[in-house]
Amino acid sequence: MSKIEDSSTEESVSMDDLDPNFKNLVALEPGGENIRKCFACGTCAAICPVLSVNDSYNPRRIIRMVLLGMKEEVLSSEFIWLCSGCYSCYERCPRDVKITSLMVALRNIAVREGYLPKAMGAAVDLLEKFGRLLEVSEFENTVRAKKGIPELEFKISEIKDLLKKAGIHDAIKEGGSDE
Amino acid sequence: MSEHRFALYLGCTVSVRGFNYELSTRKIASKLGIELVDIPGFSCCGFPIDGVHHHSAMAVAARNLALAEAEGLDILTLCSACTGHLTKAAKYYADMNHEEELKKVNEELADMGYEFKGNVKVKHFSRFLFEEIGLDKMKEAVTEPLTGLKVAPHYGCHYTKPSELFDHFDSPYFPESLDKLIEVTGAESVSYRDKLQCCGGGILAVSENTSMDMVKQKLDHLKEAEVDALIVICPFCDIMYDEYQPTIGAKADVKYDIPVLYYPQLLGLAMGFHPRKDLAVNKNQVKVRPLLKKLDGLKGGGE
Repeated sequence: MSKIEDSSTEESVSMDDLDPNFKNLVALEPGGENIRKCFACGTCAAICPVLSVNDSYNPRRIIRMVLLGMKEEVLSSEFIWLCSGCYSCYERCPRDVKITSLMVALRNIAVREGYLPKAMGAAVDLLEKFGRLLEVSEFENTVRAKKGIPELEFKISEIKDLLKKAGIHDAIKEGGSDE
Repeated sequence: MSEHRFALYLGCTVSVRGFNYELSTRKIASKLGIELVDIPGFSCCGFPIDGVHHHSAMAVAARNLALAEAEGLDILTLCSACTGHLTKAAKYYADMNHEEELKKVNEELADMGYEFKGNVKVKHFSRFLFEEIGLDKMKEAVTEPLTGLKVAPHYGCHYTKPSELFDHFDSPYFPESLDKLIEVTGAESVSYRDKLQCCGGGILAVSENTSMDMVKQKLDHLKEAEVDALIVICPFCDIMYDEYQPTIGAKADVKYDIPVLYYPQLLGLAMGFHPRKDLAVNKNQVKVRPLLKKLDGLKGGGE
């Protein structure tokens, strides 16, 4: 048996723990619309560059878990955050499941359910603080000035306000992980 | 005013960690008659928070697009992730079916004095060279052909994929635009195993080990192909292959020593620009000097 099969299910799933409506919830989320089209061919798993080095991420298995209704297991998992967003499976999927966008949909739902990875929370904080993911320091502007290139603004402070208006905190709060 | 006048969108990574990419881009652009306009208010593109809250990520993109639109400019990008995200937002809001969503995002932008009308196009700088400047005109600008140099193209992901987003300008399975851009310089574009492999940068913050294993795969395949350099067109791919290369090499006890150059640096060399002053090759992590030496040797009377 292949490595993929070995790692797929270690224990049996009880029907009582399943939420048959989970797939419908996912289908309503931007990016998740085509989840029910999957016929489990495994093209995504075969081409996935992440799976090639780390089999805890397996797009085919994640889709099956969603279709089975394993809501808590999926949303609380680390693996939904392991998609590198390369779009290889998105291009190749014969059922147009748009898996890369589906992973974004699952992440958005997970955040609203209270599962915000630390690294993602940190990204939001940085954007609010600087308007960028990285801080521009005096050093960068000195180098730029020497070459006659316009200096950069240290902070794009409007981003904090915009994120608030756009509702990122409502989403995080809904899950109870804000502050 | 130049026929080719665009807003240059740097994004987060180029702003802070890709000065060599930016400087070399500006140099070759100016020589090729491309006028790049700086817009001080540009922020992050929004892509990094797409997984947290999709609408917020789109709103951040829309604000950037509105800034360029107010100047009447289309956007040229250097980072492939920014290219993907900004293109996605630009097309989404320009679509008549998303009129309601455009209205909503504009309500959020209104207090800051912005409105996005949906009239901005976004293009990766390398794609722009390939499609708009064209290989012929670029060839004319090459004064110091890099004949004898063997380099490997790294397309990365968000430059060609999803192909529907990028108007299928290049194949997602067998892309050739970067190979052709490389060949313009006189260098040979070498094929190697898993050429289209992702750099893993997208999950660096979540699982460093996984992304490092992905980088190692590529470095091993490049070593196998005995290339003089890897050519990248995205600052995040560059961080993965250039900045992490020594660490990965030390851990695996392998000497890689594969210089990683941005495409504009490679083209800049072929256009006769000064490697350090104009192309900032001193900012590349893996030493570029051996490659420059090889070039000198090649020019000084062959092998």
